[in-house]
Amino acid sequence: MKILVGIKRVVDANIKVRIKADNSAVDVEKLKMVVNPFCEIAIEEALRLKESGVATEVVAVSIGSDSCHEQLRTALALGADRVIHVATDEVVQPLAVAKLFNAVVEKEKPGLVLFGKQSIDGDNNQSGQMLAALSGMAQGTFASEISIEGDEIMVTREVDSGLQKVALKLPAVVTADLRLNEPRYVSLPNLMKAKRKPIESISVAELGIDITPRLSTVTVLNPPERSAGEKVANVAELVEKLKSEGAL
Amino acid sequence: MSILVIAEHNNEELQAATANTLTAAKMLAEKTGSEISLLVSGGNCSAVAEAASAIPGIAQVLLADSPALEKQLPENFAPYLVELVKEKAFTYIIAPSTTHGKNILPRAAALLDVAQISDITEIVDADTFIRPIYAGNAMQTLKSSDAIKAMTVRTSAFDPADLTGGSCSVEKLGDAADAGLSRFISEEVVQSDRPELSNARIIVSGGRGMQSGDNFEMLEKVADKLGAAVGASRAAVDAGYVPNDMQVGQTGKIVAPDLYIAVGISGAIQHLAGMKDSKIIVAINKDEDAPIFNVADYGLVADLFDAVPELESQL
Ligand SMILES: Cc1cc2nc3c(=O)[nH]c(=O)nc-3n(C[C@H](O)[C@H](O)[C@H](O)COP(=O)(O)OP(=O)(O)OC[C@H]3O[C@@H](n4cnc5c(N)ncnc54)[C@H](O)[C@@H]3O)c2cc1C
Repeated sequence: MKILVGIKRVVDANIKVRIKADNSAVDVEKLKMVVNPFCEIAIEEALRLKESGVATEVVAVSIGSDSCHEQLRTALALGADRVIHVATDEVVQPLAVAKLFNAVVEKEKPGLVLFGKQSIDGDNNQSGQMLAALSGMAQGTFASEISIEGDEIMVTREVDSGLQKVALKLPAVVTADLRLNEPRYVSLPNLMKAKRKPIESISVAELGIDITPRLSTVTVLNPPERSAGEKVANVAELVEKLKSEGAL
Repeated sequence: MSILVIAEHNNEELQAATANTLTAAKMLAEKTGSEISLLVSGGNCSAVAEAASAIPGIAQVLLADSPALEKQLPENFAPYLVELVKEKAFTYIIAPSTTHGKNILPRAAALLDVAQISDITEIVDADTFIRPIYAGNAMQTLKSSDAIKAMTVRTSAFDPADLTGGSCSVEKLGDAADAGLSRFISEEVVQSDRPELSNARIIVSGGRGMQSGDNFEMLEKVADKLGAAVGASRAAVDAGYVPNDMQVGQTGKIVAPDLYIAVGISGAIQHLAGMKDSKIIVAINKDEDAPIFNVADYGLVADLFDAVPELESQL
């Protein structure tokens, strides 16, 4: 079985971002960029399925400008067999991501597609579900455990009320939640080796997909700031303050 | 223009997220002069629709009661929803930003070939909305060019609407087909007598500093005295102290109670993303430089193993 994994280049999760002076966007210039943490978990799961003999090939795909070669090389260094770059310098919103992936799915015919449940920049939580819709596949979102059983995949989903288990017909789209696994680290020698591996590139025009954004950004502003309050000396003072504010 | 709200329920009763979502829908209805319909879709869920017909300010309840919809499988529900939206010419589809809403709505939006706007916190006008990005470190105002707008609502940003006092009709819709792509196997619903995290007035949350699941009992005792819910940081969930449904944060539940008490939580960006809109924040942490103190209204630098039992005894 071939597994297709989506990976996105995002600002490192530890960085608190700033907004551009003209309020047009978040300023990501010169910031450390990484593979979206949820996509890292998706790659890890694909690699584990390969290592356990369930999958035969892991293909990582990223959409964006040439800068995402860095993240594709990380995927190669981690153990992906091939990587595909869908090249565009335009803004790609989730619906367009899903359409582009759907075109790649039609070419590659994977047995399973693994995505992260959300990217930590846009926090949209949409692309996997949209790809599942367009490709007519079942979807297992927010997965914390998966196993392949015959022509189905069992997915344990983290939902608001607890856990839900579903069986999905393969091929399917699964989106990874935080507890699906703990991703391995990239080793430096593997990263060096990955520099010499090829990156397949397809342009958006070649795929023939209209990626015109449906949503336009009017402004990006700072959220209301919360400032630090006061330190209390002990529990008694805390209780007194809370009582006087009517919070207790 | 007309608005379709997807009700959140468990086939027996409406869940709290529906009430917050309705407030957002009503604001939109006022700005656009539209009517609101509420869709109750599930299995053996007519009692939910019956109860929903008492919601003031909505035009009608649509009941889709069908075995294929009982478990809210998106493979069955999304195509059904899409047909309904086309047939009744809805121009807005709104769901709460719960795991259910996040699962269903993007699938329906893609089938309709429209974008989804996730997690809106404010409605500017008929096609302009505000939502948080980058773990709430920026607020983005978006304008949609789609004829049908699909969006999920951040429930903590809208007060709950009244669910009783009105009266409207219930229209029964046709059966849904089973797409044959997915099967429900089982669910583990966490049972608790405490209030739900997403609509609790007070939340007591524990982090890695709690050291074990057993130690959460200390927080539960405080919570029970206050009628509060108990939450957790990701580190506490990852360490197996408590189940996943208790996680507060960017990728867990987003909450905004009147009082949030963070115990043994450092205050990472991702945790703050889920609770920084709380009215009053209290932090108990032994590290005086912990970032949680930067957002706390009242900070107590103390060992939680002393402070929490003391707090309980003084309540
Ligand atoms: C993609 C991504 C998504 C994430 N999503 C979330 C999310 O949704 N929610 C979330 O919470 N996190 C999330 N995180 C994780 C987040 O970055 C932090 O790692 C996590 O919040 C830390 O949890 P903590 O504060 O409990 O643990 P720590 O950071 O380890 O803090 C423990 C705190 O306890 C204090 N402490 C220890 N012992 C005591 C004691 N005896 N008395 C008093 N204080 C004590 C320490 O001083 C410390 O400040 C996410 C991370 C990533 C990368």
